[in-house]
Amino acid sequence: MAQLIRRAAALNKSLPAASFAARGLATASTSSITVETSLPFTGHNIDPPSRSVETSPQELLTFFRDMALMRRMEIAADSLYKAKLIRGFCHLYDGQEAVCVGMEAAINRKDCIITAYRDHCIFLGRGGTLLEAFAELMGRKDGCSKGKGGSMHFYKKEGGFYGGHGIVGAQVPLGCGLAFAQKYSKDESVTFAMYGDGAANQGQLFEALNMAALWDLPAILVCENNHYGMGTAEWRAAKSPAYYKRGDYVPGLKVDGMDALAVKQACKFAKEHALKNGPIILEMDTYRYHGHSMSDPGSTYRTRDEISGVRQERDPIERIRKLVLAHDLATEKELKDTEKEVRKEVDEAIAQAKESPMPDPSELFSNVYAKGLGTESFGADRKEVRTVLP
Amino acid sequence: MAAAILHGVGATTPLSSVKYNNSRRSLPGSGITERKRASFVIQCYGSLSSGLNIGINRAVKLSTNAVATKQDSVTASTPSKPGHELLLFEALREGLEEEMERDPWVCVMGEDVGHYGGSYKVTKGLADKYGDLRVLDTPIAENSFTGMGIGAAMTGLRPIVEGMNMGFLLLAFNQISNNCGMLHYTSGGQFKIPIVIRGPGGVGRQLGAEHSQRLESYFQSIPGIQMVACSTPYNAKGLMKAAIRSDNPVILFEHVLLYNLKERIPDEEYVLSLEESEMVRTGDHVTILTYSRMRYHVMQAAKTLVNKGYDPEVIDIRSLKPFDLHTIGNSVKKTHRVVIVEECMRTGGIGASLTASINEHFHDYLDAPIVCLSSQDVPTPYAGTLEDWTVVQPAQIVAAVEQLCR
Repeated sequence: MAQLIRRAAALNKSLPAASFAARGLATASTSSITVETSLPFTGHNIDPPSRSVETSPQELLTFFRDMALMRRMEIAADSLYKAKLIRGFCHLYDGQEAVCVGMEAAINRKDCIITAYRDHCIFLGRGGTLLEAFAELMGRKDGCSKGKGGSMHFYKKEGGFYGGHGIVGAQVPLGCGLAFAQKYSKDESVTFAMYGDGAANQGQLFEALNMAALWDLPAILVCENNHYGMGTAEWRAAKSPAYYKRGDYVPGLKVDGMDALAVKQACKFAKEHALKNGPIILEMDTYRYHGHSMSDPGSTYRTRDEISGVRQERDPIERIRKLVLAHDLATEKELKDTEKEVRKEVDEAIAQAKESPMPDPSELFSNVYAKGLGTESFGADRKEVRTVLP
Repeated sequence: MAAAILHGVGATTPLSSVKYNNSRRSLPGSGITERKRASFVIQCYGSLSSGLNIGINRAVKLSTNAVATKQDSVTASTPSKPGHELLLFEALREGLEEEMERDPWVCVMGEDVGHYGGSYKVTKGLADKYGDLRVLDTPIAENSFTGMGIGAAMTGLRPIVEGMNMGFLLLAFNQISNNCGMLHYTSGGQFKIPIVIRGPGGVGRQLGAEHSQRLESYFQSIPGIQMVACSTPYNAKGLMKAAIRSDNPVILFEHVLLYNLKERIPDEEYVLSLEESEMVRTGDHVTILTYSRMRYHVMQAAKTLVNKGYDPEVIDIRSLKPFDLHTIGNSVKKTHRVVIVEECMRTGGIGASLTASINEHFHDYLDAPIVCLSSQDVPTPYAGTLEDWTVVQPAQIVAAVEQLCR
């Protein structure tokens, strides 16, 4: 709690600095604004990047809208779950939106992102639509995985989003595999393998890190540290909760995960580093307002004061709102209108998703195997050819 | 009917109009009408949505060769080329090398596969030819390098992950079950996992309990994977090539004791079918189903049985998942008696599943209960005599057949 107050104090100090650095009214949306991040970056075995982030009015407004959309989506998912339209496990990302929005701003669609089960917002960031997300959550045919994956299995191949994985930590070796394929095909892109503070204690993570460092794979391991592994606080699970230092020989960077611009700066820096020197760990210091999942009230292991404290002092959307208002990029009313618009969008998507039908019974058996060997099997004399199996 | 479909998922030929060449079947009239009547109808999932039949009609007529028809010679080789002799591990290497040559996305990863050349020499010389990235020496981290292979496969690479011993892959079970088998399904078909996971398993010569494991029984329930077991140099090369070309994850089970088998294989290129079983010896009295090393115990027993006047039909099932119920069914209809000889444990092994499967589909054709000979449900002991008694010996097979055919 003390840590959070200290950070809150730092935030209050930095905002005036930001307005001094501002270049006044920016009329053209491409003009750039320099903002200081709330906190300096802390590096492990590496020189951290500068605190000054270049951004533009367009970008800030996009940040606001995207984060508001994600926040609204997660809140709507909460209500849908309570209305029993979403079943099973539903892990919500509200509070952590800055991480995925900042990351998207620094990379392109050729870069790959892979994450665990708190994947709804990252899916949106990678080009997924609200309809696909809600339909998948409700198990309908129009979902991104045709209703067969569920909350924990969102994927978007064209967007470079590789999921969506239920088993804690298992996605990190997969992420290193993606990086391996990128190195193999030499296409100058990187992989962001995301995991949480709970997964940071998994052995396979260190195995994967060792291999990534050994072969200089362009893998960036992003620890979204929301300080709780389900109900266990980080200090109760990890002897060393400085996750960015855990890589030992692999450099690390600690970032304020509630500041979208800091995240963007760190990801840009990490991408450059990974393409030249191999893996790097980014620890995003962030927070989730909901419990671990919808079955967890989230208040048995932390106080309500803590949650509301973070919401008041460090909320990512509020930060961007204050920035936008401080730089006169939009009025209070315009921002409220954006929020209303976003709410309407989400409601429409839900209505559309509710119309979507349940998958066909035959879908039970489709996609178990990929269709076709893709080839024929044939004997040595090639005269007797076997059929291409379906 | 639903049960039949479940068993046939991913299996061969649908019910539609496929021309069927009966050349090697001794059973008359076993054409499409026969299959329609039987309760076992193998339907691929594709036939549930009729759109797939278009692809089938385009195919060439189904012929069931490229498998052994005689006991000793294995191939339908043309007289012009003499073929070449090699050992099983060399056959695997040949298949692997041909595929690596053909497709630049094929790569190998595993412990000591590169500079060392593979602990069973299957990848010898490949690192010198293709470089360290394509033939990757991994640290001893099965869970994560299998995960890495699967992640790479998601992007379109075609990795072959070698487990130095199949038993070590237990550490990668989560990756194989959840990410390898299920990703194609849970992503709604977006990602294919064209990975091959291979390695030697089975009971060797006094290797101890932990190095003598048979993982086919543990993996068989994982949906979405295919499992094949090779037993001769000819089918080793063919199955290796088919597995690499397949878009599905395939687990190729080799056996520690079979690597030095020598055989003459054709010079020409050939690719076998992953879902087909091999007719080793045709017969009339009893169907003996087996795979991998037990095939040789069975053939040894068959010699004795022939001398005693029996006529066993021996089928090397090769495809452990899905079972080739077509070949097996036709055989059962002919002989009405089944003996399964396997190296898996008694409990929950391949034999147990096969017994259930045959009982379910061919119950009407059986004259006697199925006899399943498997290894004992014990950890494999070190002592030589005890180890011999954990696995099925030819004498036991002979006794079982005599009992069954009484």
